[in-house]
Amino acid sequence: MAAMTLIEGVTMALARAMEEDPAVVVLGEDVGVNGGVFRATAGLQQRFGEQRVLDTPLAEVMIAGMSVGMAAQGMKPVAEAQFCGFTMPMVDHLMCHAGRMRNRTRGRLSCPMVLRFPSGGGIHAPEHHSESPEALFAHMPGIRVVMPSSPSRAYGLLLAAIRDPDPVIFMEPKRIYRWQKEEVVDDGEELPLDVCFTLRDGSDITLVTWGAMIKETLAAADQLEAAGVSAEVIDVATISPLDMDTIVESVSRTGRCVVVQEAPRHCGVASEIAAGLADAGIWSLLAPVKRVCGYDTVMPLYRNELKYMPSVQRILDAAHQVLEVS
Amino acid sequence: MARTVAAFKVDHFQFLDPDGKLIEDQQVPALAKDFDRLTRLYRQMVLTRVFDKKAIALQRTGKLGTYASCLGHEAAHVAIGSAMRPEDCFAPMYREYGVQFCRGVRMTDVLLYWGGDERGSDYAGAPHDFAWSVPIATQCLHAAGAAMAYKLRDEKRVAVSVVGDGGSSKGDFLEAINAGSAWKLPLVLVIVNNQWAISVPRSRQNTAATLAQKGVAGGLPSIQVDGNDLIACLWAMEKALAAARDGHGSFVIEMLTYRISDHTTADDARRYRPNEEVEDAWRKEPIARLRNYLIEQGAWDDEREQALQDESTEEVQQAADEYLAKVADDPQPVTAMFDYMFAELPHDLAEQRACAEQYPDDGGQH
Repeated sequence: MAAMTLIEGVTMALARAMEEDPAVVVLGEDVGVNGGVFRATAGLQQRFGEQRVLDTPLAEVMIAGMSVGMAAQGMKPVAEAQFCGFTMPMVDHLMCHAGRMRNRTRGRLSCPMVLRFPSGGGIHAPEHHSESPEALFAHMPGIRVVMPSSPSRAYGLLLAAIRDPDPVIFMEPKRIYRWQKEEVVDDGEELPLDVCFTLRDGSDITLVTWGAMIKETLAAADQLEAAGVSAEVIDVATISPLDMDTIVESVSRTGRCVVVQEAPRHCGVASEIAAGLADAGIWSLLAPVKRVCGYDTVMPLYRNELKYMPSVQRILDAAHQVLEVS
Repeated sequence: MARTVAAFKVDHFQFLDPDGKLIEDQQVPALAKDFDRLTRLYRQMVLTRVFDKKAIALQRTGKLGTYASCLGHEAAHVAIGSAMRPEDCFAPMYREYGVQFCRGVRMTDVLLYWGGDERGSDYAGAPHDFAWSVPIATQCLHAAGAAMAYKLRDEKRVAVSVVGDGGSSKGDFLEAINAGSAWKLPLVLVIVNNQWAISVPRSRQNTAATLAQKGVAGGLPSIQVDGNDLIACLWAMEKALAAARDGHGSFVIEMLTYRISDHTTADDARRYRPNEEVEDAWRKEPIARLRNYLIEQGAWDDEREQALQDESTEEVQQAADEYLAKVADDPQPVTAMFDYMFAELPHDLAEQRACAEQYPDDGGQH
């Protein structure tokens, strides 16, 4: 057992999956010899060979389209998009093929592929490297969307994603790739792809978030506790399908909820959660549900990127607004 | 002084002229004299055309949805389908019925699909072939992925995809060429150049002399054939498939043909192309060409032709009856839209499925 970072959890899961299933093939730009620009695939080509870890031509549509083709013919491709912004050309194959393959053929063919990529801002990256497009993918029928926020969840959720018989978008919050170290056992145990994780129990307010926003949200929960407020923190982790039951159950006890996301607010996952609470949790709510989100603007270049993302203070202010309603 | 670092040529192959005369001032492939095989393929071409005519009739009488005709493509399609082995994989666009019938897709399947029923893509007879791909040229990359799967597993199988002249302008097609080249994939990409992408003529796609040379640009052996000449199409497919199967990598074939029909039944080509062009295409079309050749060679006659027309009409009618009975007597329940989304139904969809069950016959209005 070793203390490792989130990205090392990703690497360990990839290696484990490749070890246990010869159909698992990693492909993407710079994933082979170079081991990926963030080192997620470091050492895999040396260990498993060029037949299992494919350096592709610089062609995102090719990566997505070939993954669909490989998956439909018995392979389990785990493709990497180098950054979130470069997934946009892949959308055609995800929306029009990956998510439809099983349904279109009445189960004759399926598409057990994973597309993983670093998501979100906060690392001083260039343009198109810092967006949070989870809502875009969550809107696609037939596709699961997952975003881990800790080394052990990265390991367990990625293993589950690769073993899953259907396509999974696996978004990696790159700002926290190396934030925390955690002991992770390489035991092959997967985590469920449809259940939220309650990171912290509380009784006064429910803070719901996912991905790198875990960092600010947990910090806000600490400060609330110091002020005598007990905050429950839920990591959604599996964006689609969305586990509203865990969130509704929590709010049934706390009566108050703030949803925090780095992505823009309009038509976002936070809005879906707020709508879910309006539908299934309205009678437990003691106050309006607040969403603390990225702005509905273009993600700024890096000098202003942190100002775009929800701060601990914005979360606290929203929490206090919600707590003040009696 | 510049030096030439690359030069290329694209060869065009044709063995039958439009009248069905063998062009003999060249080496003619042995299959030109294999009349058993040629008559078998001729029958397949005729069946495909009879089917096509029936499908349009069904659409015109309100019994089928929008349908994309394959009129004029029969030589290209039957050559592709009959040259492939069952274990190979076909990734179609959406009008290659002539390929698909050779591979075991049933006429009823095609009618079900265009008749608005997903069960049409559940090909029992071609279990690993891809379904129709409406987003243009995307199928080329699925074939490249399939070829990669076979190569990685060391299987002697070839993936084949078809794209149109319009589709050859798309990145997916060019990226498939690159993939085939970079990894030496067992992949055959066929451009069935029928001169029209709905209303946009071939000349508007680009000014390149051929579309085959796009394959050359990616480093692939690439040829052009007369797509109305079954012998040329078949010869090219066999050559490409053999090379791909033997580990020599990918191949591009441009088959020059003509879309005699409208783009689909929702289109009216008279609005954008001159009738003289269509009349000229009828003079070059593939079925009469092959029939004339077979008759001249003593391998076909009017009696056999009449019998073939009758048998084909009967077979197509049976398929149409089966299709109409299926949608009338065994429609998909409302729950079918949920049941193939995932291997296991997620909880949120289970909830929506239960809702749909409450409204089994309700919905919007056509």
